[in-house]
Amino acid sequence: MSNLLEVQNVIKKYGTYTALNNMSIDVPEGSVFGLLGPNGAGKTSLIRIINQIIMPDSGLIKLDGKLLLPKDIQHIGYLPEERGLYKSMKVGEQALYLAQLKGLSKSEALKKLKYWFDKFEIGDWWNKKVQELSKGMAQKLQFIVTVMHQPKLLIFDEPFSGFDPINANLIKDEILQLRDEGATVIFSTHRMESVEELCEYIALIDKSNKILDGKLSDIKQQFKSNLFEVVIKSDNVNLVKTDLMGKFMTASSNVPFKEGELAIKIELPNNDTSNNLLSYLSTKGSISHFVEMIPDANEIFIKAIHQNNKNE
Amino acid sequence: MSKLKLIIKREFISKVRNKTFLVMTILSPLIVIAMGVLIAYLAKLNQENIKIIAYVDNSGFFEKKDFQDSESVHYIDLSSDAIEVAKSKVTTSDFYGLLVIPKKDSVSTIASSVEFYSKKSPNIILVSSLEQKIEHRLEETKMKQLNIDIERLNLTKIKASIQLSNFIGEKSSKIINSMKIGIGLAAGYLIMMFIIIYGAMVMRSVIEEKTSRIIEVIISSVKPFQLMMGKIIGTALAGLLQFTVWGLLLLVIVLVLPSVLGIEAMDFKNINVPLEQAEGMKEVALNDAQMIFVEISRLPLFRMFILFIAYFLGGYLLYSSIYAAIGSAVDNETDTQQFVIPVIIPLMLAVYVGFASVISDPHGPISIVFSMIPLTSPIVMLMRIPFGVPWWQILISFILLLATFLITVWFAAKIYRIGILMYGKKPSYKEIFKWIKY
Repeated sequence: MSNLLEVQNVIKKYGTYTALNNMSIDVPEGSVFGLLGPNGAGKTSLIRIINQIIMPDSGLIKLDGKLLLPKDIQHIGYLPEERGLYKSMKVGEQALYLAQLKGLSKSEALKKLKYWFDKFEIGDWWNKKVQELSKGMAQKLQFIVTVMHQPKLLIFDEPFSGFDPINANLIKDEILQLRDEGATVIFSTHRMESVEELCEYIALIDKSNKILDGKLSDIKQQFKSNLFEVVIKSDNVNLVKTDLMGKFMTASSNVPFKEGELAIKIELPNNDTSNNLLSYLSTKGSISHFVEMIPDANEIFIKAIHQNNKNE
Repeated sequence: MSKLKLIIKREFISKVRNKTFLVMTILSPLIVIAMGVLIAYLAKLNQENIKIIAYVDNSGFFEKKDFQDSESVHYIDLSSDAIEVAKSKVTTSDFYGLLVIPKKDSVSTIASSVEFYSKKSPNIILVSSLEQKIEHRLEETKMKQLNIDIERLNLTKIKASIQLSNFIGEKSSKIINSMKIGIGLAAGYLIMMFIIIYGAMVMRSVIEEKTSRIIEVIISSVKPFQLMMGKIIGTALAGLLQFTVWGLLLLVIVLVLPSVLGIEAMDFKNINVPLEQAEGMKEVALNDAQMIFVEISRLPLFRMFILFIAYFLGGYLLYSSIYAAIGSAVDNETDTQQFVIPVIIPLMLAVYVGFASVISDPHGPISIVFSMIPLTSPIVMLMRIPFGVPWWQILISFILLLATFLITVWFAAKIYRIGILMYGKKPSYKEIFKWIKY
């Protein structure tokens, strides 16, 4: 799969402070790419550079294999974290204005807006002033304005902040649908559960440096610690427990279990396989639960940041 | 449509649709009309209100013809009554006042002991017209006493009037000079007002975009520079529209209102000007009327108009880009004070320099220097232009203005570009200076 966006060795300094230190990321076409990192890591600087709001001090940005040019902004849709609308403008004319700024003609913009307004069932908002809208309503409008010119690349910075769960789900579904229609999505957030649900690739940024990137499933494999969660049924639970504790590194588990069952976490030595463990366990009793513990994005995030801090 | 045009259009429409704009545009001329009507009405009242003045002449020098009735003042001779009787008559009949000319030994003593009684303190113009009447009669009396032939004396009277003209031989009147001052001051003042009002409007519009957090959405579609220029131009167009509406309305007022109300604009009779004086003024007016007409047609009106527009645009663009930079650096309007004051100072300075030195010496060193300095030149140069400024001075001053404008916009755009993305604390001058270097 080719990369829609390539960021190569980008450096950005504000005075003496380095916001981005030799940053390189590749965003595969048609994927949802999670840009993760703690506050002040440099995510917003990177996003602003991709949007050509600020210029990098050095480095290259390529869109579709070609150097990013000012005219390319019509191929990018950006929903910033700090987002708002003109309060005293009417919903319709504001949407029209923003669409035209993205390079759509008036008639095209009207057509697209009608489609989206119908889709979100907000057609009757057209003549309302923005200040009459609730925060959630305004967010919907901002979402529409971001995506309506059908950009190749969509960039969402904390898109779900301020949404109630129903609207957040609606937006999530729209993002996935847009991806299925061929758009590439860069998705910057702190909310790791939405990363799990949406992102195929991630890059983790901390203190101006990229510390991790790649396919989320691959990264999870890297971070897994051969830990298995087991629930086993036996007549003598305590005996099984001491046996296991003698043979493996174990930890207690909080998986729900019934009377006469043992729930436990077992760490497998690196040279052993899960099959061996399974067959060993089957001699001890009947297994009702056997799962390899894959770390979730949240754990990876915290672990990677901690490691990075230690390395300094 | 290009993006710049879109931005200009939006700024223009949002300004024009604003309630304050509508109120200002419609209401200000209405207030002017209302004031005009009020003044005209009061003047008319004044005119209809005929004053009756009684006089007691005990000196015997005065005759009935000395106190001739005018349209607004009627005279009644009460010389046959004693002063106390006359006083009570005046109070009971509600006359305006009582003039008492006592009997004295010499004419000069009479002149200094005439008294005027009235309920309210009398109109100054009226008093001086009475003084003139008395002086006139007493002078003649004294001449008679000294055996001076009045008719022959009158023949010696000469009125001098110096004709002004330049070395090419073009004549000019004195009145036109004050007209030039008027035109210059009006132009300079107009520019200052426009810069302050509409510069602040640009600034507020920038702050609004920051506080409503739309700015990042917009600048992901257009360059900050385009946004800034679109804002400045759109606001300027709204201002020009406002001035045009005012101009048209005032024209309507001047042309239509007097005929509707039946008042002549230049009605000398409305004021209690003594007859001779009024006639003198009419004479001057007649002599000068043609001259003024010639002069006005000789003033480089077209050139003045072009230069007005040019300096006006130059000055406005220069200042409003500074205002835009200020707006971008702060989060709310209360934080702007510290930055706005240094901007207003040169404007005020320009107007005061204009008032003080252009009037007294339009081609003196102070006037010339301040009409070259770009921050003051739009105002000071415009005040000088009606007096005729050498073309090379205009050229230098305008090139300086243009160059400063370009430099300022370049700096302002740099501050703006960074400032619009900065939230939170109010920056110091030092930090703003740093932004320029980024």
